[in-house]
Amino acid sequence: MSNQSVAEYEVARSKAKSLYPRYERKEELQHQTHFCPGCGHGIVHKMVAQAIDELGVQDRTIMVGPVGCSVFTYYYFDTGNVQSAHGRAPAVATAIRRSRPESIVISYQGDGDLSAIGSAEILHAANRGENITVIFVNNAIYSMTGGQAAPTTLLGQKSTTTPNGRNAATEGYPLHVSELLSTLQAPAYIERVGLGDNKQIAQASRAIKRALDNQVRGLGFSLIEVLSPCPTIWKMTPVDSQHWVRDVMEKTFPLGVFCDRTKERLAAPAAQSVPAPALDELPGILGVAEEDLPEGNAAAMAKEQEIDLEVRIAGFGGQGVLLLGEMLAEAGLDAGLEVSWLPSYGPEMRSGTSNCHVRLSRQTIDSPLVTAPTVLVAMNEPSLRKFDRSVRSGGWIIYDGDEFPADCAREDVHVLALPFTRIADAMGDKRAANMVMLGAVLERSGVLPQASIDAALRRLIKNPRWVELDERALARGRELFKEALAEA
Amino acid sequence: MTDEKKPDRGQLRIDEQECKGCGLCIEACPPKVISLSERLNHYGYRTALYQGSGCTGCGICFMACPEPGAITVLRLMNRGAGSVSATGAVGGAAA
Amino acid sequence: MKKQLMKGNEAIVKSAILAGCRAFYGYPITPASEIAEAAAEFMPKTGGVYVQAESEVAAINMLYGGASAGVRVMTASSGPGISLMQEGISYMAGAELPCVIADITRAGPGLGNIGAEQGDYHQVVKGGGHGNYRTIVLAPHSVQEMADLTALAFELADCYRNPVVLMADGFIGQMMEPVEFPQSATPTHLPEWAVAGTAASRGNLINSLSLDFDELEKHIQKLEAKYKLAEQRETRAEEWMTGDAEIVLVGYGIVGRILKAVTAEARAAGLKVGVLRPITLYPFPKVQFQRLAFNARLFVVVEMSNGQMLEDVKLALNGSRPVEFLNRMGGNVPSHEEVLRFVQELARREGLEQKTPDRKTAEEERMANV
Repeated sequence: MSNQSVAEYEVARSKAKSLYPRYERKEELQHQTHFCPGCGHGIVHKMVAQAIDELGVQDRTIMVGPVGCSVFTYYYFDTGNVQSAHGRAPAVATAIRRSRPESIVISYQGDGDLSAIGSAEILHAANRGENITVIFVNNAIYSMTGGQAAPTTLLGQKSTTTPNGRNAATEGYPLHVSELLSTLQAPAYIERVGLGDNKQIAQASRAIKRALDNQVRGLGFSLIEVLSPCPTIWKMTPVDSQHWVRDVMEKTFPLGVFCDRTKERLAAPAAQSVPAPALDELPGILGVAEEDLPEGNAAAMAKEQEIDLEVRIAGFGGQGVLLLGEMLAEAGLDAGLEVSWLPSYGPEMRSGTSNCHVRLSRQTIDSPLVTAPTVLVAMNEPSLRKFDRSVRSGGWIIYDGDEFPADCAREDVHVLALPFTRIADAMGDKRAANMVMLGAVLERSGVLPQASIDAALRRLIKNPRWVELDERALARGRELFKEALAEA
Repeated sequence: MTDEKKPDRGQLRIDEQECKGCGLCIEACPPKVISLSERLNHYGYRTALYQGSGCTGCGICFMACPEPGAITVLRLMNRGAGSVSATGAVGGAAA
Repeated sequence: MKKQLMKGNEAIVKSAILAGCRAFYGYPITPASEIAEAAAEFMPKTGGVYVQAESEVAAINMLYGGASAGVRVMTASSGPGISLMQEGISYMAGAELPCVIADITRAGPGLGNIGAEQGDYHQVVKGGGHGNYRTIVLAPHSVQEMADLTALAFELADCYRNPVVLMADGFIGQMMEPVEFPQSATPTHLPEWAVAGTAASRGNLINSLSLDFDELEKHIQKLEAKYKLAEQRETRAEEWMTGDAEIVLVGYGIVGRILKAVTAEARAAGLKVGVLRPITLYPFPKVQFQRLAFNARLFVVVEMSNGQMLEDVKLALNGSRPVEFLNRMGGNVPSHEEVLRFVQELARREGLEQKTPDRKTAEEERMANV
């Protein structure tokens, strides 16, 4: 000792700066981890912290620790910390990284957490190529809960829930997460390492640093699977556990790099992020800026006339039922009225029948549901039969058909039945039948200024060819209604 | 250890409060200069004990140790570099 | 203010962005999908994030992550998806993370159907997840309220550091009505507790785990104190012609609209009927019920569920007035005709004054004006 006392030494290896000097978030024993003697988690913690130190990203780093023995990452890492639900860390990490692109996000998960309950979250985070680093500590067992079988439990390995050893016939095979995720196109880097001996430990340390560096460089998703000893649950000494990783576990889970796209990612130009617009631009971008909205034609409305138009429009999907209703509502709004438009929605929108409720009123509209319409627009016979009885006494049915079914006729309801589809076809496109019928509705109700109808048409129809056709169709509908009235 | 005048390339400090006596450092140490203490620390663990000489400063024990702060490895400085004394550089219990 | 015609589901997204929401995580489900579609269009244009998650479980945990990072976040779903989100909602309440969840309800249980129903009341108002927590629940009944209450939801979520649910039925989500928006966007700030990947926020922790029994009990008591405060400050309800009401009709969402139509007709028939429409389902507007109980003879709860809100009404009135119940389920909506008949029946039973119903005349009057 006397010789060495004059020699001068420097610290070569010591506790990483990214780990708290004292674990004050722990209840007790704040100078040491909660891990059992010989547990691999402490080693991996050290490697992660060392990588954070070496890359100089401590202030930017956010650790996400879910459930299992990894649950207390926030005890140890002097970084931002987010504790998350079992298996969900990749989803949590995704959102943090997306909203805070300057942050370095590490999802630190065990094998029960990642490969069982969180299998969907890890698969999709990897498949989206989230720019996060996942540390996957695989000890082939549920340790925190006391030694139940995991998807990674080896064949024949005993656990409290596979008391006779894992049997492939009933429990399936050990899940190879690294191999599985490597079939995806998005991940940047996936490697499996072990803690089975000095050489493996040195490689594990390099791999973890590399995975973190990939994120710092923006290369995408990296995952390091670490085969890690659990002496307590395995019921082995720490040294035997270490050897078991190397001699037994590694046979099922071979070490190596399974995916490495870092070179090609480095070569590819990074996508430029678009700067967020200024706050005062948002109403315009959202299309809700008042200066962009039309003035409307409320002034053209006859002031004295009471209006309470309740319309039900029904037909097959694709006949323009909803558009007809929307035109009516848009025109009503333009004319300064209170309006509501309510569709029958869901799969009905895509096939089969379709219908909608439209109300126009001077008063606040109480219920948007039209159960007793003053006007029913029925674009085919089934739709007519569905709603004909609901039409209010004194109301109108406008029906697309050569002949109005005799058994639907009601003494207290007016009917305009014409082959609207054929009429529209003759005008240029049978799909304009809805506009011919709307023309009839407008002529019947007679309250909306033409300017409002023109405005609604231009707001909803962008194709000039269709605007022209629809204008003619609306006019034709008005004529047909007038002719029918004259005949009657 | 043949040349008494030549100092060890490395030095080792083990925090016996943090050590849980798992023995992985003993297994990992290439020159085999770590052993388990006979004495128990106050949690009842036999802790790792540096024999006091022969450390090469390789740092392998540090990496193998599951407790992040239990082991500190020191290396003999090159001449001319800034220096710390072997006994005063790091707080905590030195073996 | 100029208005424009818009779907309720679209109004939610535009209002959310104006209120400072900059991340949307969701999973498609009818009748809420338009919300995700609008978010997918507008979030990227306004500097926000949109991700279609692999499940509602992942979506709510993305909200957990985004909220942890101090971002105003939202998702939207419907009954079955909200069931899956309950785990994350409990974690967010426990970790005191703000978020807004739009539940555009559909009919259940199980796959049920996509019709409008109010059977989600229990799972959102009572807290469908585990543990001692509440969520603030707002129930819009118009497209304008979809916009206004979305903005309010973000304020309340931040103020109470708690999830807020916007519970609307499929009708309110799907229908179009005129709506106006604030003409300036709300600036947001990074909350001091957020974990944002910065030096200043490095010491922060988002966590719902608390091993020590006493510590957890203290935490729950702190949450409870927040909820008590919300009960005192945040209850909202609309009263419609309740001044002299002998019969108070109670309903929220689309039912509230139907009850207003019923009131008009019942009043025309000489019945003193009014509507009490809860806007906050939690905290429940108990005081308004207690106040109306002074004049009212009875309350009629109309719901599109098996009486889930009915329980809260009975608790609020605490036996002081009789509570009658009319409901439709499975996607059916109570028509205003059937509610009116029910009310008239009750009025007869109670001996309340009413004119002979003269529906025909009323209808003729109406038709003359069409």
